[in-house]
Amino acid sequence: MREVFVITEGPGDEACELAVAARALGDVRVTAIVFGADEAAAAQLGRCYERVVNFPAPDGACFDGDYAAAALAPWIAAEAPWLVLLGHTNNGMDLAPLLAAKLDRPMLADCLSLEQRGEQLAGVRTVYGGKVHARVVAAEAAGYLATVRPGAYAPPDSPPECGGAVEAGPAPEGYAARRRLVETVAAEAGAVDISQAELLLAVGRGIEEEDNLELVQSLAEALGAELACTRPVVDKGWLEKSRQVGTSGQTVKPKLYLAVGVSGSFQHLGGVKGGPFVVAINQDAAAPIFAAADVGIVGDLFDLVPLLEERIRERKG
Amino acid sequence: MDIYVCIKRVADTSEVEIEIDRSGRALEEEDFSFDINEWDNFAVEAAVQLKEQHGGTVTALTVGGEDDEEVLRRALAMGCDAALHLSDEAFEGSDAWGVATVLAAALKGKPCDLVLLGAVSGDEGRGQVGGFLAGMLDLPLVALATGLTVDGAKATVRHEVEGGLERVVELGLPAVVTVQTGINEPRYVSIRGIRKVSGMEIPVLGAGELDLDASAVGAAGARVTLEELFLPPKGEGAEILEGSDDERIDKLVDMLHERGGL
Repeated sequence: MREVFVITEGPGDEACELAVAARALGDVRVTAIVFGADEAAAAQLGRCYERVVNFPAPDGACFDGDYAAAALAPWIAAEAPWLVLLGHTNNGMDLAPLLAAKLDRPMLADCLSLEQRGEQLAGVRTVYGGKVHARVVAAEAAGYLATVRPGAYAPPDSPPECGGAVEAGPAPEGYAARRRLVETVAAEAGAVDISQAELLLAVGRGIEEEDNLELVQSLAEALGAELACTRPVVDKGWLEKSRQVGTSGQTVKPKLYLAVGVSGSFQHLGGVKGGPFVVAINQDAAAPIFAAADVGIVGDLFDLVPLLEERIRERKG
Repeated sequence: MDIYVCIKRVADTSEVEIEIDRSGRALEEEDFSFDINEWDNFAVEAAVQLKEQHGGTVTALTVGGEDDEEVLRRALAMGCDAALHLSDEAFEGSDAWGVATVLAAALKGKPCDLVLLGAVSGDEGRGQVGGFLAGMLDLPLVALATGLTVDGAKATVRHEVEGGLERVVELGLPAVVTVQTGINEPRYVSIRGIRKVSGMEIPVLGAGELDLDASAVGAAGARVTLEELFLPPKGEGAEILEGSDDERIDKLVDMLHERGGL
């Protein structure tokens, strides 16, 4: 039996998904690591894990990758699990490579799936914005580290009730904080709240120019939909941050998600929940959005969007 | 202050048809255009803005072959003061660990206040080099920065954390910061701007100059190897509507009413 340590961000879907990812690797015992969990949260992790190790929270009680790496590296080195797993989340990206370097372990990043090959670890991940998949394998080592893309493994309908006991992890010895928390801030609240909209029209990089936004604004009006967008549209300052859907923007749960000129990165799709009817209009037949959509049209949005608006307005009379 | 910004030249595959070559481990590259990695462009701008405010120097580095020099020229045109081209046959086939090993060797012993990198690259998308480098150099790290200011020997970094939130942290310099897109508005680089820096010398440093053991980098030292590339399984993809634009839009409008809650 192999030991797998999962560094969780507390109980929740992600922690359950990572436990599933670990168990898919065969005969394993899975330990959850958490920082500063209260008794209830630690016990909840024990439903999915055989063992829970609760480390003291850093100063400021918020996640701190530098602190986490300093606290975990010597302890993990001593415990020597076969695999250390994390989610490929923002916090995971802050911690995982740093920890891999401190532990001197090969690391597979942002995996869609993991497999065990004898003593070795292999995984499938995406490259070129999701247009291509890559099968990668870690060189033989005493232990590995990997991050798993959120949503890649489905959480179980109900936790397996492992009844994992909770123990306290050691505070890092002689560690002086190198990061000081100033504040945690929510994205600026905007005039619109797309998280509650039932009909969403999302626009992406395919719109090309700020002036072209008029096209989708006009269609949104005809549909009675709110306008949403991807990160590049916000980065360019064309729409406000409060309209951005994705892991670094809003989580939405509409009934209809009409994506125009949106390639469909996992960071964007990670914000679309609740199983809406997804329609994609995109020039690139290989865009990952078509794998996530229910219906797609491969074509030029500058022709299709005005035509769609015209037909919608006709129907409405 | 002395800032180092690590950049990479990547293929733009957003609008080309992808074909995997015969080896099964690389893409057919004829139709590709190449440019600086999008995230790295924001990192260069952030570095140059800090220099403009506080003085000092910005040095751009890349690990790669002859063709990769063009992103260093571009960085010089944006306002970097110097560039280092880390290039050697021994570096070919490096994984993220190998790239970080080469960068760490190039930075070793240099006066350095801040190392900036793009948070991820548009091709490999691993997001590992910054963290590896921070670990190798034993410097504090903040990933996914959306804001960055420096005051004396202290940086204040705003960065993306869990739940769509952002967090502001202070850290002492030197430090490693990986940069998210949207942190600034990268300045435009004209052909004239590039021409202006064409005379600047860019030193090329190989394994020998960097005192690196060739077996620790490149394909020989890779901790992660690529077995194969493949196109994503089609699976239950979208129903693709066929026909003329009129026909397809009519079908779509029907579906929007039937299934889309219109």
